[in-house]
Amino acid sequence: MLVLAELAKRKLALLGLIIIVVIAGSALLAPWIAPYDPQNQMFDGLTIEGAPMPPGGQFLLGTDLLGRDLLSRLMYGAQTSLIIGIVANGAAVLIGALVGVTAGFFRGWIGTILMRATDLMMAFPALLLAIVLAAIFKPSLWIVAMVIAMVNWVQVARVIYTETRSLSEREFIEAEWGIGASRFRILFKHMLPHLLSTMVVWATLGIATTVLLEATLSYLGVGVQPPTPSWGNIIFENQTYFTSAPWLVFFPGIAIILLALAFNLVGDALRDILDPTQKGRH
Amino acid sequence: MIAYILRRLVQAILILLGVSIVTYALLYMLPADPARQIAGRSATAETVANIREQLGLNLPFYEQYLRYLGNLLTGDFGRSYLQKTEVGELIAARLPATLLLMAGAIFCELLFGLTAGAIGAIKRNTPLDRGLMVASFVGVSAPQFVVGILMLYLFAVVLGWFPIGGYGTFAHLVLPSVSMGFLGAGWYSRMMRSSMLDVLRQDYVRTARAKGLGRARVFFVHAFPNALLPIIAMIGIDIGMFMSGIVVVESVFGWPGIGQLAWQAIQRVDIPIIMGVTLVSACAIVLGNLLADLVAPFIDPRIKLR
Amino acid sequence: MFSKALKGVALAALIAGAGMTTAHNAAAGEGNITVTYKDDVSTLDPAIGYDWQNWSMIKSLFDGLMDYEPGTTTLKPDLATGYTVSDDGLTYTFTLRKGVKFHNGREFKASDVKYTLERVVNPKTQSPGAGFFETIKGFAEESAGETESLSGVEVVDDYTVKFTLSQPDAAFLHKMALNFAHIVPKEEVEKWGQDFGKHPVGTGAFALEDWTLGQHLIFKANPDYHIDGIPKLDTITVEVGQEPVVALLRLQRGEVDIAGDGIPPAKFLEVMNDPEYKDLVVSGEQLHTGYITLNTNIPPFDNVKVRQAVNMAVNKDRIVRVINGRAVPANQPLPPLMPGYNTDYKGYAFDPEKAKSLLAEAGFADGVETTLFVANTDPQPRIAQAIQQDLSAIGMKVEIKSLAQANVIAAGGEADQAPMIWSGGMAWIADFPDPSNFYGPILGCGGAVPGGWNWSWYCNEELDAEASKADALADPSQADTRIDMWRDIFTKVMADAPWVPVFNEQRYTIRSPRLVADDAILVDPVHIPVHYDYIAVK
Repeated sequence: MLVLAELAKRKLALLGLIIIVVIAGSALLAPWIAPYDPQNQMFDGLTIEGAPMPPGGQFLLGTDLLGRDLLSRLMYGAQTSLIIGIVANGAAVLIGALVGVTAGFFRGWIGTILMRATDLMMAFPALLLAIVLAAIFKPSLWIVAMVIAMVNWVQVARVIYTETRSLSEREFIEAEWGIGASRFRILFKHMLPHLLSTMVVWATLGIATTVLLEATLSYLGVGVQPPTPSWGNIIFENQTYFTSAPWLVFFPGIAIILLALAFNLVGDALRDILDPTQKGRH
Repeated sequence: MIAYILRRLVQAILILLGVSIVTYALLYMLPADPARQIAGRSATAETVANIREQLGLNLPFYEQYLRYLGNLLTGDFGRSYLQKTEVGELIAARLPATLLLMAGAIFCELLFGLTAGAIGAIKRNTPLDRGLMVASFVGVSAPQFVVGILMLYLFAVVLGWFPIGGYGTFAHLVLPSVSMGFLGAGWYSRMMRSSMLDVLRQDYVRTARAKGLGRARVFFVHAFPNALLPIIAMIGIDIGMFMSGIVVVESVFGWPGIGQLAWQAIQRVDIPIIMGVTLVSACAIVLGNLLADLVAPFIDPRIKLR
Repeated sequence: MFSKALKGVALAALIAGAGMTTAHNAAAGEGNITVTYKDDVSTLDPAIGYDWQNWSMIKSLFDGLMDYEPGTTTLKPDLATGYTVSDDGLTYTFTLRKGVKFHNGREFKASDVKYTLERVVNPKTQSPGAGFFETIKGFAEESAGETESLSGVEVVDDYTVKFTLSQPDAAFLHKMALNFAHIVPKEEVEKWGQDFGKHPVGTGAFALEDWTLGQHLIFKANPDYHIDGIPKLDTITVEVGQEPVVALLRLQRGEVDIAGDGIPPAKFLEVMNDPEYKDLVVSGEQLHTGYITLNTNIPPFDNVKVRQAVNMAVNKDRIVRVINGRAVPANQPLPPLMPGYNTDYKGYAFDPEKAKSLLAEAGFADGVETTLFVANTDPQPRIAQAIQQDLSAIGMKVEIKSLAQANVIAAGGEADQAPMIWSGGMAWIADFPDPSNFYGPILGCGGAVPGGWNWSWYCNEELDAEASKADALADPSQADTRIDMWRDIFTKVMADAPWVPVFNEQRYTIRSPRLVADDAILVDPVHIPVHYDYIAVK
């Protein structure tokens, strides 16, 4: 498609796409290409005194404190990050868009209530809210995704609201009103296509935020349950050893940064392509 | 203008009220029973029941909430369940540390962000610009705790240039501030860059150049101040993101601020402290947003303060 | 064996040390030490403080009628000079020491004892230790709020106090040594109210000189302390907010004398292998057992064969290795240091094959699924995952729920929520060195109630009756019989296997070279982590 072609033209975005493909690839193919079972706590995985093995030799990236192969855990961890990233973020964008469009288009007191609710949500320190929510519902992969969605939809709602409002004030919409077109027709036929591009951009950029939030929640111990590997909870389990086993923080940390970076690069490029007012900034 | 500010303040109070109700409700739903935590493991069932009675935990939700609200209005945040110290006192003791960290973080992000952005704009499309752009992307993509741990390891443990966490001197402030500011610096450098590019294209700048004014003068007197306005708006929003980030960064660096306090309180279900910290953070966020909205009309005259 | 040797060494060292101090002079201490902790001290109110961090600080600020010989688990009178027990074991009369002063200068009297105990039992104080004094007459009325006084405590005269119990309590003297029975002055408590915890005033060897929240506390020697030559130090500075790794580094640089949180697990191997620091580490046992509770209410753990199978399936040596050898595998609920520990008991040996066959006998030849709850602070989730892997080897598929500690405790207190709980982070450390403390709340029927700590909901009425009989043997001459009875009780408990005892954590204290103290003081089993009163500097 046109968009992909445009993306490919930009070097940074291309880099991002490549990274995403590699990570998604290892996530999908993990059961076949991972060197070890990520849950297998191997006797050889630890030194005699019980310390983790450094990278090299049998274990390409070393082992963790229970003697499990880090590379395998990172590959399976990609699954967690991507699933949550896509599911949580997808939910956040959908909820946010729904709220934003309803408030921006229908106005009136529905709009006011919705936007005040959004303001309310924005006032919460996101992380604290997420931690409390995770403490209430016994955590699992889907609960974590839901918690993140509940915290992240606000940004999207705001942006879509502003867009909807400014769009509805544009002349061609006014013209449609004038000739008596039904509200829904206006909504679906004319406004949604414009909004869609904003949603796509936010969906992509949002995955980066979601990946970071999930990692942070896991780092604090309230993310996905062990032994399911997630890059954040690998760091959580092993951080107290970072002076003697830095690879256990370094590699998952780099993985998180790369994934978030990739989505940011792609999302940013998408924004350039899809939003004409941003052109010429390069 | 005054009317606008007053109206926004009223809204802010309503929002804070809303935050307090929702937070109280959420904490009410937590499965753990604070009375049992306080009573400890050797307590008889009666002691636990007594404690529940005293804390008013048997009252219906709305009554408990109204009690809390009533106390709040007199400035009483209640007492920590586990420490029996006044929450207000605990927060007041730790707030300066968090504010210091925030100030440090804002300073860092402005320093790195604005410099990188300005350089990028002036030297646009050169390799330097490209490099700075990538760096700024990395900045927005790194979780603060990863940056924090990596910096701690590299600069404090391996190189020994800074103390390994803790609080007290300027040296202690550097690494945590940079870790928190790294994320924001990424945003700011890109905003600064595009904002500067806009400004540099403007007529008045070209007029100034045409009149023969030196580049530096043009930059500092004309371009820079106007490019700054969107940044100022962002700082307001930033405060919101900081309130989240402090939980993690203070934990990594052992920084004695309210983030650490909140984290410990959540672990122990010390509800008065959690409420107190949430309200204080929400307050900061709301004020930050207000600041951003006040600056907005100066950036874009089309935005009217409604 | 080990504990006896420890006591022997401690006693010998003490005698030698005592000889040395009288050779100096009786002036209270010199020098300052710096101790670091990560968390701020929560409270110094003896009626409230119940965590391992403030426990020995409170013991240094306050005194009780009884105490323990430093570094040992042997009782001795402290603020009392002596006591007599009636034949029926229901009356204890204590003669009090004269001339003991509180930090505010006032002399300690019998009325203070009555006031202190009434305060602890009073529900308004919300003391977690109230329950220990159940056996004092009048407890039921005061804790129900009907009265503010405790009829079982009688002030005979200024220096004599008489306790009347509602039933014989062999552990009563231990309870008088608990922090909750450490004496507080009425006028100071009334002056500070709920803030007394931040402004403690007691009769202890140290007084609180300064407390800057979130930063540091300073304790200063009490010149009027009733034991000559104690404390040996002049001041103690406690710095809070220090990460254990940082504390260790500062200790190695000579800035810190005691790392209060101990050697961080990450550095443990490094330190133990480093000849320079190896000698600065003192290790000792604690009255601690880490265990898995198996909820006898929830299938499959309602079947004793399944419980025994789990006992045989857990590879305790491997788990100890995962925590770098900082513990000793356990085979029974009591820790080795506790009187009543059965040195002959072999427990359930590690035998996955036998475990599998037991599971099959119970009807689960095709495997079974269940859930393991664990607190979400490191290293507990790791240990839980090790257990999970061990159990999957015998066909038991375990799902882990890693939650905030308070939530795990809440789940354990419900009859039908938590099939298995790994006690790490919440593991039982004895309040006092008596086996009864390891039974009642966690294995007795009385603890198997909603909100209780008997997470295996194990209720064996027969054993409960035996436990009461054992505790009725209050006379010191019957002490050995009593301990034998307890040994028997715990052995019978293991036959039912409501728990899987996994390990007994060792304690490691690392201190700076300039510290002068007997090893036993540095790993004092009661004054955790160290007995501040008996430390000196070169």
